[in-house]
Amino acid sequence: MITPTHYMVLSAALFIIGVIGVMVRRNIIIIFMSIELILNAVNINLVAFSYKLQNGVGQVFAIFVIAVAAAEAAVGLGIILAFYRNKETVNIDEMNVMRW
Amino acid sequence: MLHAIAFYVLSAFILGFAVLVISTRNTVHSVLYLVLNFLAVAALYVLLTAQFLAAIQVLVYAGGIVVLYLFVVMLVNLKRPPEDHSSPQRRSWIGFALAGLVLAELGAIVTFGSVVAPTGPDMEMSDLALHNVEQIGMLLYTDYLIPFEVASMLLLVAMVGAIVLAKREL
Amino acid sequence: MIDTYLIPLLKILFVLNATLVGVTYMVLLERKVIAWVQVRLGPMRVGPYGILQPIADAVKLILKEDITPARADKWVFTAAPIIVMVPALITFAVIPFGPVVHLFGREVPLYITDINVGLLYIVSVASIGVYGIILGGWASNSKFPLLASLRASAQLISYEVAVTMTLVSLIMTAGTLSMVGIVNAQYTSRLWFIFVQPVAFVLFFIGGLAETNRAPFDMAEAEQELTGGFHTEYSGMRFALFFLAEYANMIVVSSVATTLFLGGWLAPFPNVAALSFLGYVPSWIWFLLKTFVFLYVFLWVRATLPRYRYDQLMRLGWKVLIPTAIANVVVTGIVKVLLL
Repeated sequence: MITPTHYMVLSAALFIIGVIGVMVRRNIIIIFMSIELILNAVNINLVAFSYKLQNGVGQVFAIFVIAVAAAEAAVGLGIILAFYRNKETVNIDEMNVMRW
Repeated sequence: MLHAIAFYVLSAFILGFAVLVISTRNTVHSVLYLVLNFLAVAALYVLLTAQFLAAIQVLVYAGGIVVLYLFVVMLVNLKRPPEDHSSPQRRSWIGFALAGLVLAELGAIVTFGSVVAPTGPDMEMSDLALHNVEQIGMLLYTDYLIPFEVASMLLLVAMVGAIVLAKREL
Repeated sequence: MIDTYLIPLLKILFVLNATLVGVTYMVLLERKVIAWVQVRLGPMRVGPYGILQPIADAVKLILKEDITPARADKWVFTAAPIIVMVPALITFAVIPFGPVVHLFGREVPLYITDINVGLLYIVSVASIGVYGIILGGWASNSKFPLLASLRASAQLISYEVAVTMTLVSLIMTAGTLSMVGIVNAQYTSRLWFIFVQPVAFVLFFIGGLAETNRAPFDMAEAEQELTGGFHTEYSGMRFALFFLAEYANMIVVSSVATTLFLGGWLAPFPNVAALSFLGYVPSWIWFLLKTFVFLYVFLWVRATLPRYRYDQLMRLGWKVLIPTAIANVVVTGIVKVLLL
């Protein structure tokens, strides 16, 4: 029998993998993808509870999360492209000046 | 029983692909594992009878956002791999330690928290499962109309912002 | 047992095989139609009127050497044609070829499945096919395929937005996302949606041409500019898979257009009493006929129109199709609120 706890454990594990990706990798594109993993972990939780409680609100929130993720990806990748044009790098350790 | 098997198989896929996303050297391969991860998550949504959300997941995430990532990875044609240059102040173990801390916290929530879920007679045949699109649409356009409009404003602002950032000269 | 497992399995097998055979004969038909337009004969050697040409082509492609370039990314290079092919085929799962019919004493629906997000399923599955094209060009590790794949992905994403926006107005008219439900809505209103949504029909057809990389939008395989396109480095059966997927996508777009706009399996002229004998023709024959008309128009367009320039293509997509589609949604909404 699969309970909400199973889904919470899955979601927590996915969340942690995303957090490790954000903390450890230096390629900013990978860091962005790790953030997407974290958002997906949240969505799994929302949908699992929506299923268990038979309430559609969880799924509605998951849709909002997806919309926010789309906005974040568009702006973030725009920043990456603008930065790459100036400094020819996507290493987050080299992104340490406020202006040039 | 079938639900349990599907859950464990999909969980293995989701976590395995997630680990590959953050551990692969080649960025394009990383993006590919991300797509597979999202498709597995979409399958999990189908298992949870959220068909509309599963379709949105594939359409927006796997078919839209990740294509954007792939596009940027190909445009950002690196002459040297980004991981070569390492800052001397960098301490990777702090990242793992913080992640462990978050894991402990989430574990505590899962262990000590209690979920009281009403168990219906048959969730696969419930109203939410069979009329998923209608139910979600009803919620979106009645109770959650203002968040919905705010989300659309957010997308508009993000679109303008992305164009301003990425365009060379305006 | 038989109803839940055996019959769907048989239907899947039948649809897959019919699609693949149809795809190979589409290639022959394309060569013939273009030859007729250009006052040639087309393939005539293999079999009477070249009718066995697809079999000869298939044998040739299977026997050819399968080359992987030395510096290519081997895994991605192998996976790319499969990623293109699979979405093209699994779309057929929700396309209704006919209503529920009585066959050997049991009720058999002439579609594999009917899900409540059918149209959304088709759109989302089609959006996965882009990966095969991008990755095929990237994994070849060669400059022309990479250029072609970047072009193709930008084109496909742009036109995907336009097609999806177009479908919104149609969904508003039909009131359902289920493919069978859309045909039933046309049956109850006694009016095909091409007459209700003519603008959406034109937009969908233009978007469909672009989505399948067909002329006049075949930027991804512009031979004169790109030495062949994203599949330049491919050979043998993998090369054939890219082409099979393109033709399978044409069949998908045609059958989706038939279902959405031409009433699917419904017989024409339901209101004219003198033509009621048309209703005796089996429903799936009507479906195939209508789909065939679309496929023929695809070939006709290819033989007639020159290719767009890349900037013209993008301008058409973003500055004409998408605004028109959004305006169509708004007009549909206003009409629906005022008249119904």
